[in-house]
Amino acid sequence: MIRRILPHPLLSLFVALIWMLLVNRFAWGSLLFALALGVIIPIVTASYWPDRARIRNPLAIAGYVVIVLHDIIKANIDVAKIVLFKPSRDLQPAWLVVPLEITTPEAIAVLMGTITLTPGTVSCDLAEDGSALLVHALHCPDPESTIDEMKTRYEARLKEIFL
Amino acid sequence: MSILGEILIAALLVSGGVFGLVGAWGLVRLPDMMTRLHGPTKAATLGVGSVLIASMLHFWLHHGVLSWHELLITIFVLITSPITGLFIAKAHMHLSWQQGELPRPPSGVEWCTYGRGAENSPIVTVDGPEKPCE
Amino acid sequence: MSILNLALLFAFGCFSLAQLLCLYRVMRATGFSDRVLALDTMAINMIALLTLFGIQRGAQVYFEASMLFAMVGFISTVAFAKFILRGDIIE
Repeated sequence: MIRRILPHPLLSLFVALIWMLLVNRFAWGSLLFALALGVIIPIVTASYWPDRARIRNPLAIAGYVVIVLHDIIKANIDVAKIVLFKPSRDLQPAWLVVPLEITTPEAIAVLMGTITLTPGTVSCDLAEDGSALLVHALHCPDPESTIDEMKTRYEARLKEIFL
Repeated sequence: MSILGEILIAALLVSGGVFGLVGAWGLVRLPDMMTRLHGPTKAATLGVGSVLIASMLHFWLHHGVLSWHELLITIFVLITSPITGLFIAKAHMHLSWQQGELPRPPSGVEWCTYGRGAENSPIVTVDGPEKPCE
Repeated sequence: MSILNLALLFAFGCFSLAQLLCLYRVMRATGFSDRVLALDTMAINMIALLTLFGIQRGAQVYFEASMLFAMVGFISTVAFAKFILRGDIIE
């Protein structure tokens, strides 16, 4: 019964929150409408999204976000240095193949997003059976350690967050 | 409004401008398409992000209204820029990379761009007719 | 002239120059994906420019415009890439 009314509780919460942020000032009427939208939209779109993201450890998400923001700032400065000061002939672009241990689509999607958001690496493709990621790196003299860092820094944490 | 807040906003604006400019310069300067893809991710994340946060702080400190729209736009840009990056990379690989020029995945299958399509992929299971919504 | 106005002016200059560099890349693109990447970057820089206008004028209407820009830019880029990859946009 509860599954029929709320197929995706997290999505409902997210939709309601986004609507409240769009309205930009608090009013009880808007809150009611936001909750109504949060119930209706997941029901209407349920057939496009049969699976649920199962989250084991919600507190770990905050830690993950902090780490990613820190890495974005650090990598941005590194890439800015490369773009401004490194001549093109010294550049060592590389294709990296990152073998994956996480299997759920949500976790892989978050990992791909993280890899692209940290400048210097762009995730380009996924193997057909979801066992590896193809990543392009702007300047990568040591592919092994870059792959290792991605696996220990992001994938290990995602494995704890997603079931 | 305190002088400290003004300095913070100014610092955010300046750093946002610098990163946006460096991203665009990377787009012009870098030698080939795959390396050029790295420029805009920088402009999108830190450049636009810090300008939006500066705007949020400015309206809060100057006008006394806490505006959530900037936060919403920041999150939206942060979520969508990896997706556009991935799509452009895939379109580029589809157009101008041969399969043999890329490293192979370790398990012996192909990359999705060169594969058999979503309907025949090993991870997508289509069992019978589509289930009705519960 | 306060420090905030100077910073605003600097940011305006940076993002305008960035737009011009992207425009150069749109004109001198080496392929389809190159041109679309530059156009996508222009849409993202436009969000920043509109936000800067909003700060300068002290008006919040510009945020609606920049939000629309964010959404339209994203959807058009994805639609293009989908068309290249699958030959169709809505299957």
